Amino acid sequence: MSDMTTPGAASADRGYVPMVLAEQVSKSFGSHEVLKSISLEVKRGEVMCLVGPSGSGKSTFLRCINHLEVLSAGRLSVDGELIGYRETSGKLYEMAPKEAAKQRRDIGMVFQRFNLFPHMTALQNVMEAPLRVKGLPKAQAERTARDLLARVGLAERADYYPAHLSGGQQQRVAIARALAMEPKLMLFDEPTSALDPELVGEVLDVMKGLAKEGMTMIVVTHEMGFAREVGDSLVFMDGGVVVESGDPELVLSNPQHRRTQAFLSKVL
Amino acid sequence: MSTPNLNGRGAGPASSPADPAAPAASVPIKAIRLRHPWRMVFAIVLIVVFALAIVDAAFRPAYDWPTVAKYLFDRRISQAALVTLELTVYSMVIAIVLGVILAVMRLSPNPVVKSLAWFYLWVFRGTPVYVQLTIWGLISLIYSSIDIGIPFMHPWVSFETNAALSTFALAVIGLSLNEAAYMAEIVRAGLLAVDRGQEEAATALGMSWSQTMTRVILPQSMRVIIPPTGNEVISMLKTTSLVTAVPFSFDLFARSRDISAETFNPIPLLIVASIWYLFFTSILMVGQYFLEKRFARGIGDRQPDKKGGGSNPEPITGVTVVPESEQAPATRSTREPGTGQGGPS
Ligand SMILES: Nc1ncnc2c1ncn2[C@@H]1O[C@H](COP(=O)(O)OP(=O)(O)OP(=O)(O)O)[C@@H](O)[C@H]1O
Ligand SMILES: [Mg+2]
Repeated sequence: MSDMTTPGAASADRGYVPMVLAEQVSKSFGSHEVLKSISLEVKRGEVMCLVGPSGSGKSTFLRCINHLEVLSAGRLSVDGELIGYRETSGKLYEMAPKEAAKQRRDIGMVFQRFNLFPHMTALQNVMEAPLRVKGLPKAQAERTARDLLARVGLAERADYYPAHLSGGQQQRVAIARALAMEPKLMLFDEPTSALDPELVGEVLDVMKGLAKEGMTMIVVTHEMGFAREVGDSLVFMDGGVVVESGDPELVLSNPQHRRTQAFLSKVL
Repeated sequence: MSTPNLNGRGAGPASSPADPAAPAASVPIKAIRLRHPWRMVFAIVLIVVFALAIVDAAFRPAYDWPTVAKYLFDRRISQAALVTLELTVYSMVIAIVLGVILAVMRLSPNPVVKSLAWFYLWVFRGTPVYVQLTIWGLISLIYSSIDIGIPFMHPWVSFETNAALSTFALAVIGLSLNEAAYMAEIVRAGLLAVDRGQEEAATALGMSWSQTMTRVILPQSMRVIIPPTGNEVISMLKTTSLVTAVPFSFDLFARSRDISAETFNPIPLLIVASIWYLFFTSILMVGQYFLEKRFARGIGDRQPDKKGGGSNPEPITGVTVVPESEQAPATRSTREPGTGQGGPS
């Protein structure tokens, strides 16, 4: 695949390439440093849950991974490919928007507020990127889109506009829309925070299904039950740094750090 | 409530009202309707005054209705009406295209591009259109020839301004450049009205900036852009009467004045011109109605598309409009005309 041809992927020679590799990633908005030298690794097929108080930089970190935000310092690579830069003989070159867009195709993102396109039906939402970005023929795009909608349990709602769907249904359409690009990595930014409690389950179920199929996922969430059940690892962030990370079961039941303890006592 | 998943599909009016009709078993309210006597009195007074005005106008010699009838479909007038329409359409099309470009420029992160757009707005919005049209008419005095090529070198192409640009072209240029400044603000407001999450979602899917604009942002901003643009078109139709400043004199207003100069009777020809302006305005309003409907898809919940189907709005009309929908099933989709208007009397 493409990672074999990437010159920058030094670790590819050793045969192991993590899906996401963040090395001392920092991000500032003006003088406000939101991410402070974050280093972490997500393996292929791993589900990493990212938790932390509001303003700790979780969304910013996710947005850095698909280059919606530009790093201030550090390196970030997905599947061995440096994000946002090309590295040729030791020098970094900023990517043209077109190349960055190409990288984003392989990274699906699901937002807290769904962000479905309101002027398109569920089906059109799911078909849009495969049609315009990948240039798939319409019949094929529609077939895949209908399959995906069926997979998230919404085959019946394909022709509905988002305004006529419940929050849970909208979020499932949004997941189908991201999956339509056949991403190798899925980013979820508090996918259930905007939902009524009784709708949270249906979205988490879809995500569990995805995890079972081996999708690599980074999930920002406050659903500790989900983290415990589905997560392979848990990262606790506060103030732009990774405070603690490890097996979700261990971190949740026996947090080592004071700040983790304080946060968990509030959410659990 | 049985499986809303299955019958909520918008299969048709027959199935959807059945669901909410469940509470129909309750006793209908029997009450004497509230009377509005003053409304009635007011309506009658208005109608009488209006009728008197019409009768009066019909017999008032100054209006000279026979002359109005004679010139309404006069070839010179109908041709001038066409010219006015052309002026409007060309100017608006150019203004909209230019307006979109200017709006995008104003939102650009590049400060030079941004200030350029701002400067354009400052000049063209800050001076009267009549003055601008006059200046365009004098353009050949300022620039006697138009040269295309590299500055300070011998031009590749050069032509006389007077020969290259007819007064019609100058009128279109003057009107459209002025209008573009207003359109830019309308488009900008539309673009800003779209939630930022939309751009983010499109970008995250790998869509390019231009795809994001044309497929996601612009279609949604249309809902905000169209109503004021409709106003601008109508306003432009009337502003064309100022092209006499260029001077261009084949539009509706100039023509009707020319004719009345021959007949020494200005009032009937003013009426003729007004009737034509009103006719075009009415057509434009109908067009606007359909455009608005088209771009309200999925967003304007008041008028759900058939596809939007089964949810709340439909059953309600299904109940209130039952006798009517039997007479004319076609009105169901375009429900606005007629139904609401009959009431007030
Ligand atoms: N575009 C921006 N410009 C300036 N500051 C920003 C920007 N985006 C985020 N921030 C700041 O960065 C900090 C981290 O924001 P971020 O959204 O990443 O937090 P979060 O952990 O996702 O919080 P939440 O749980 O509330 O979503 C906040 O203090 C926020 O104000
Ligand atoms: Mg956030």
